[in-house]
Amino acid sequence: MDFLQPNVASYLMVSAAMFALGVIGVMIRRNGIVVFMCLELMLNAVNLALVTFSRMHDNATGSMLVFFVMCVAAAEAVVGLSIVLALFRNKLDIDINKVNIFQW
Amino acid sequence: MVETFLFWTFAILGIAGAVALVFNPSPVYAALGLILNLFSIAALYLSLQAEFLAVIQIMVYAGAIMVLFLFVIMLLNLQAEQMETRFDLRRGLAFIIGLAFLGEMFYIFRGFATPGQSSFPAEFSFGRVERIGQEMMTHFLFPFEMISVVLLAALIGAVVVARKHTYQD
Repeated sequence: MDFLQPNVASYLMVSAAMFALGVIGVMIRRNGIVVFMCLELMLNAVNLALVTFSRMHDNATGSMLVFFVMCVAAAEAVVGLSIVLALFRNKLDIDINKVNIFQW
Repeated sequence: MVETFLFWTFAILGIAGAVALVFNPSPVYAALGLILNLFSIAALYLSLQAEFLAVIQIMVYAGAIMVLFLFVIMLLNLQAEQMETRFDLRRGLAFIIGLAFLGEMFYIFRGFATPGQSSFPAEFSFGRVERIGQEMMTHFLFPFEMISVVLLAALIGAVVVARKHTYQD
């Protein structure tokens, strides 16, 4: 059972798997809200890697950066969702493939 | 032993939640998958002895952000997305990029592997609130104050963007 014991690499690989799923989700989904949720997933995956490195080196900087990333993620979610609301009010749809009003 | 079991349980739950988020056509189920993922990450923080961050993770993400997401999903009354089943170039490219990234990261992170031992120091001194607060009020005071400006800007921006615009002049 020794090879199953979690070490730094196992945490980092879980984090990389979550990040890759987030990347795939951002690219294949068309619903604007789900794309935002995939962005949150990627932010969380990076946070997990940061906490792992912070724990590994017993250093406060990684943990602090995770705290600030959470604050920025909250701000980003609020602004992003209000953009989605404004978009829905104008077009009655939040399919991001149909948002091309800036295209000429 | 218990630690090993809990780590793999929450790692698999977290990845299952992420898969549910990415591949479930219904936005509500996708949001529930993300909530499962966020709770699993909080549990992984606990297993890394980062207690403060685990609690903040549950309060901020699962408590505040996800409620906001679910609220907007239900307010807009969204239908389930039509997922494409046949192959097309854009989706194929997305999978290739994602899997290439994953392979690259696994190749790099393999170097951190130390089979049979945890390679973490015995104790994490910045997990608890006392040390975190001390660091926040000394070394990280300026970013800590600036993040409040960011939050205020987001608040005002959200009100301005989401307000109903009536042009009358």
